[in-house]
Amino acid sequence: MILFGSSFLVYNLAAYASDPLAELRLSNDDGARQAIITLTRDLNLDVPPPVRYFLWLKGVLGLFVGKLNLGMTREATSVQEELLYAIPVTLRLVLVATITALFIGLALGIISALRQYSRFDYGMTFLAFLLYSLPIFWVAVLLKEFMAIQFNNFLSEPNIPIKWMVIFSLFTGVFWSSLFGGERKRFWSVFAGAFATNFVILWAIDYTDWYLNPGLGPILIALISVGIAFGVTAISTGLGNSAAKKAALTMAGLSVAAYYPVQWIFNNFGSYLTILALIVVIVLTSMGVSRIFSKIDNGPITRTAILTGVITGFFIVLDRIMQSWAEYSSTDAVNGRPVPTYGQRKDQLVTEDFWINNLDIIMHLILPTFALILISLAGWIRYSRGALLEVLNQDYIRTARAKGLNERTVITRHAFRNMMLPLSSLFVGEFVGLVGGAVITERVFGWQGMGTLGIKAINGYDLNLLMGVNLLLSILVIFGNLLADLVYSALDPRIRLGK
Amino acid sequence: MKLFGRKEKSTGEILAGGENAIANKEIEGLSQGQIVRRRFFRHRAAVIALGVLASIILFVMTALETKIGPIRIPGWWKWTVEDIPELRFEDCPGGTTGCPTISVNPGGAFGLGTHPFGQDDIGRDYFALVMNGARRSLMIMFVIGTVAGFIGVVVGSISGFYGKKVDAVLMRLVDFIQTVPTIIIAAVIGKAAGRVGPLFLALFLGLLGWTGLARLVRAQFLQLREMEFVDAARVAGASNIRIAFKHILPNAIGQIIVSVTLIMAGAILTETALSYLGFGVVAPDVSLGLLISQYESSFTTRPWLFWWPGLFIITIALCVNFIGDGLRDAFDPRQRRRITKKDRLQAKLQIKAGE
Repeated sequence: MILFGSSFLVYNLAAYASDPLAELRLSNDDGARQAIITLTRDLNLDVPPPVRYFLWLKGVLGLFVGKLNLGMTREATSVQEELLYAIPVTLRLVLVATITALFIGLALGIISALRQYSRFDYGMTFLAFLLYSLPIFWVAVLLKEFMAIQFNNFLSEPNIPIKWMVIFSLFTGVFWSSLFGGERKRFWSVFAGAFATNFVILWAIDYTDWYLNPGLGPILIALISVGIAFGVTAISTGLGNSAAKKAALTMAGLSVAAYYPVQWIFNNFGSYLTILALIVVIVLTSMGVSRIFSKIDNGPITRTAILTGVITGFFIVLDRIMQSWAEYSSTDAVNGRPVPTYGQRKDQLVTEDFWINNLDIIMHLILPTFALILISLAGWIRYSRGALLEVLNQDYIRTARAKGLNERTVITRHAFRNMMLPLSSLFVGEFVGLVGGAVITERVFGWQGMGTLGIKAINGYDLNLLMGVNLLLSILVIFGNLLADLVYSALDPRIRLGK
Repeated sequence: MKLFGRKEKSTGEILAGGENAIANKEIEGLSQGQIVRRRFFRHRAAVIALGVLASIILFVMTALETKIGPIRIPGWWKWTVEDIPELRFEDCPGGTTGCPTISVNPGGAFGLGTHPFGQDDIGRDYFALVMNGARRSLMIMFVIGTVAGFIGVVVGSISGFYGKKVDAVLMRLVDFIQTVPTIIIAAVIGKAAGRVGPLFLALFLGLLGWTGLARLVRAQFLQLREMEFVDAARVAGASNIRIAFKHILPNAIGQIIVSVTLIMAGAILTETALSYLGFGVVAPDVSLGLLISQYESSFTTRPWLFWWPGLFIITIALCVNFIGDGLRDAFDPRQRRRITKKDRLQAKLQIKAGE
């Protein structure tokens, strides 16, 4: 009903605000006159807009009898086909950006709330406001210049000057020390530790020319997976739970042991199906592993094992993709400048290799996703910080603490879950908002998505195309709101719709 | 992992009583306006932002000539947007033209030169262009804020106050407007409005931007309507209008003001985004977004054409956001003053003295 009303309004506004034949009328050419006649016939321009709307609506309602007809564009192509091509492009961009921004923003917001009024908290608040105020196209141009062009230049003569090593390490030092620091002594020791670690890593990267031929290799993978095992256990069950710790470490060990066999599988059968199968294998194995170690309370231990396995698996896949880097950047299409500033794929890149193709997609995703993340990160930091602070003031948190639960359980079990309630409905809204906001990103980075279609439609006075894009966005908003309500009522036991 | 550690638990518990005492003592015998003003001025970032925004507005508005009907107030800047002075070729980096002459030497010398922000392709003074653009953007921002704020408050309060059928109808209207994708419809109108001018565009964007505020006001009214002071006013014989505007609205004003500042901060970004896409303010008119869009490609060679308008957009939006944050803190009754180290020390001394 609302959909009908809003599309009727937009249709008529757009129809009266624009004249698709204006340019053609100005010319006296015979061809132009012919074009007017064909366009008028194809697009029913002789029918007045309010009536023409119902002709269009009839095509849309054809959806229910299996004959969806969104009309023709000016170039006499079908609107459906254009949309079908554009939707996955936009979805890929926005989905990756929203999810990444959600994770980073949640983490920063939670830490910021747990350390309320600390240096880190003030830093995050300022960062959030700064990001709120950035126009995305402005950021995008800066990103193009500094992350793509300059980085590509850097790769042609790879050498990290000592000056930059120091500056970069200083930043990391400040970040970590403001995160963990309390007393002055602790602040400086964390600072020194982070500074030194970062400096050594950068130096090693520079010394081995890692960025020309990156990869993690079995040794790094082993180190990382042990780290992950401890990290996941600490957050998920606490290090005191020895069964969980053993299960996680076993999973890490198994993943490392599987490194070489998996390489062989990846090289010979690289496809999304392989990765999916791998995830299933990981989940099944971790269930088995946790069975061995757990005596009681199987759930949390299984969860820890699965998380460890999947994250380690992710790093192994990442490693495989990185191994294609050298080959990718030496192809003719890339020619040693691997960070692209334009488009969603390299058309000249012709290869059957699954990993190289994916690397290409990822490289094209990096800049626009980064721009979108920067824009939506601000919201997530603010929301999650506010939500957690609100929850931490509740009585049930006090009760949980009073009955002697440790702080980790209070935060992860009691506070975190309740804090996710308001955020879950925000996620949908944010996602829908980003689809609209992607118009600008797409234009800056030259992606052929929904936004570009919309602009094309407006510039060419292409009513049917415009309505197609508009219809899709409206449907997205309505279903998004519906989904948000449903998710909320499913998560929150206090809400019962209709008794 | 010290992440989950709790900080200063013991003093915190002891001070719970002391905190209330501090907070209560603070607001004794003050009106709402006074409390809000005090709290706002304690928010350092917000006060700085207010100062910066005020000076930017003053700076931008007086720099160029202003025309109000027949009255002309001359600006203090030597160039106007129409002037086309000679393009500077000397001492620009890499053979470019019209680079900025602003100079801040470490020795303390500060020189503006003839064209502090540089010149554009045909030699127009970029400072004048940026000032003109900022003026447009500010004007659009305020128009959107006012229009959206007014409609939002009126619709929201009617809907929340009368409830039932009126509410149902008005909320469907809100749903309806929310489904219309702002950027697309604004682009359609903007394309047509190129002939009508930026004021029309701003009005139109205002007409689309009020839905969030209306929902907020409605929720507030629904809540406040049930309060005892409303019953008291009704028993005393107050009319509906009087109750709505004299009794309920002042209680909701905090959230409204905060929401309007956020709308304004969003508005300046929407306007620049639209202009950037070419559907907002169009040449020969100037706006900040349009300037960035025009000189996007010249970033590598003449970056100043890109930096200055961006800097103005960010500063204005940042200031408005900070002011909104300060206002939110000031209006929030639950917001207590942050307990500083000094307060803690004093409270500890008091407790000791009490023992």
